[in-house]
Amino acid sequence: MNSTIAGISYRAVIGRRRIWLLVLLPAALLGLAVLLRLVGSADERSAVVLMQTFAIGTMLPLVGLIVGTGVIGPEVDDGTIVHLLAKPISRPVIAQTKFLVAASLLAAFAAVPTFLASYLLVGTESGVATGFGLGALAGGIAYAAVFLLLGVLTKHAVAVGIVYALVWEGLVGSLVPGARQFSIQQWAKSIADQISTSAFLETDVALSFAVPALIVVTVGTVVWAGQRLRSFSLTGDE
Amino acid sequence: MTAQTVNAPQTATEAAAIELRQVSRWYGNVVAVNDVTMTIGPGVTGLLGPNGAGKSTLLHMMAGFLAPSNGTVTLNGRPIWRNHEIYRDIGLVPEREAVYGFLTGWQFVLSSAKLHRLPDPEAAATRALATVEMQDAKDRRIETYSKGMRQRVKVAAAMVHDPRVLLLDEPFNGMDPRQRLHLMDLVRAMGAAGKTILFSSHILEEVERVAQHIEVLVAGRHAASGDFREIRRRMTDRPHLFKIRSSDDRRLAAALIADASSGSVSLSEAGLEVQAIDFRRFTRLLPRVARDAGVHIWQVSPADEDLESVFSYLITRSTR
Repeated sequence: MNSTIAGISYRAVIGRRRIWLLVLLPAALLGLAVLLRLVGSADERSAVVLMQTFAIGTMLPLVGLIVGTGVIGPEVDDGTIVHLLAKPISRPVIAQTKFLVAASLLAAFAAVPTFLASYLLVGTESGVATGFGLGALAGGIAYAAVFLLLGVLTKHAVAVGIVYALVWEGLVGSLVPGARQFSIQQWAKSIADQISTSAFLETDVALSFAVPALIVVTVGTVVWAGQRLRSFSLTGDE
Repeated sequence: MTAQTVNAPQTATEAAAIELRQVSRWYGNVVAVNDVTMTIGPGVTGLLGPNGAGKSTLLHMMAGFLAPSNGTVTLNGRPIWRNHEIYRDIGLVPEREAVYGFLTGWQFVLSSAKLHRLPDPEAAATRALATVEMQDAKDRRIETYSKGMRQRVKVAAAMVHDPRVLLLDEPFNGMDPRQRLHLMDLVRAMGAAGKTILFSSHILEEVERVAQHIEVLVAGRHAASGDFREIRRRMTDRPHLFKIRSSDDRRLAAALIADASSGSVSLSEAGLEVQAIDFRRFTRLLPRVARDAGVHIWQVSPADEDLESVFSYLITRSTR
């Protein structure tokens, strides 16, 4: 962790107009929760459905995409990353710092709003709010790592990320049972299910698989990103 | 082999030298740098070559931002690729303009000092900004800077830790003449202070004004190396090709071939083509011969004055 790099990264991601992109989805989630309360549909079932489909299913991967690729992708694209890399700092430390920045932003802009929205709907009932809050946190950390790696690996990180988030996580993960074992969303839901006692929430990925999988993916991708940065190459414009 | 000239006085610290040994770099089937061996020592070295010659590729390998496909690139014996400790000794000013536009000049240079973990980053940043004369604009965001100011603030960030080696990729590109002169003075002064400085350029005059030593790269190959006066002389003394149109080409041709300064003379519909071996003697000879022969000269034009042909001449000489 390097505080100078963290400071620059925070400013690059949430500085200026970019912050509105980050605020948009959590604001929509909280708005929906308020709306459901106002029309009197704030029950446990609707809370679980909203959290599963929108908070974990849509908001989390998209905020993860914006933040995870945003902490490094633009710098790689325009070459500013050279100012960080041409320093006597180990490249894995740079990758770890970028990851921590992305993970903390996901906690703030995805996990906390998830907790707040479900709390608005059902309070502490059946541990739904805590369960989804922690599930979103764990999933968010893994997304931060995966999208950070994408930002290092390819110049088309956003496009690849969208395909991954929507097609794999969204479509395949929810339709093909076998693929669910390898979906960050499903792992996040598995954690939520473990904490919450709600009968409306059920997952088919065992916690004993989900937790190690989250750790392996997170650590593995951050290490990979660090190694990739060690071999970062500038190819001439000529 | 590369003859090395050390023009700058040695400082108390050990002199830094970047050594390239039989370095090649290719991208698929395209060879960008071909078997280059050179040593960059203290003083200012200009890396000269036409666009696309492989200057950036070579400089990126010296800066640790590209792995050589073959050969070794070292700084005082230490490998540069995948060695982040090397940046204690190397400052890099990349060609691409991009800097963190949302930072002020002060924040940018200070962050560089902090990333180097300098004992007193504020003092170092102040000093670096003063060196490039950017104190007045230091509190403005970099995105409001002109190209020349950006370049200077990049130089300040690259030299904030007082590195022994400074690498600059096309540093004078796009600067206005005043800014250019200022940066040239700065580079010269750092070279005179014993630092090892290398900058790339495709403009001969630029290199000539700043560098004591020149390395010429053409089509990925190391075409020439040495003192700039030597290179300059070789560029002037090369055989020049002239196209001449006159009132009587045949008569003029006969008169010219009689003198030793003309190599070959060929006669065609379009006029005369004369290969001048001794450039100075030929330029004095031509008007005199024409006058004595009673021939009117309509047109004299150099057929190969562009930089490309100058460079390719150097290449044929260096490989002979």
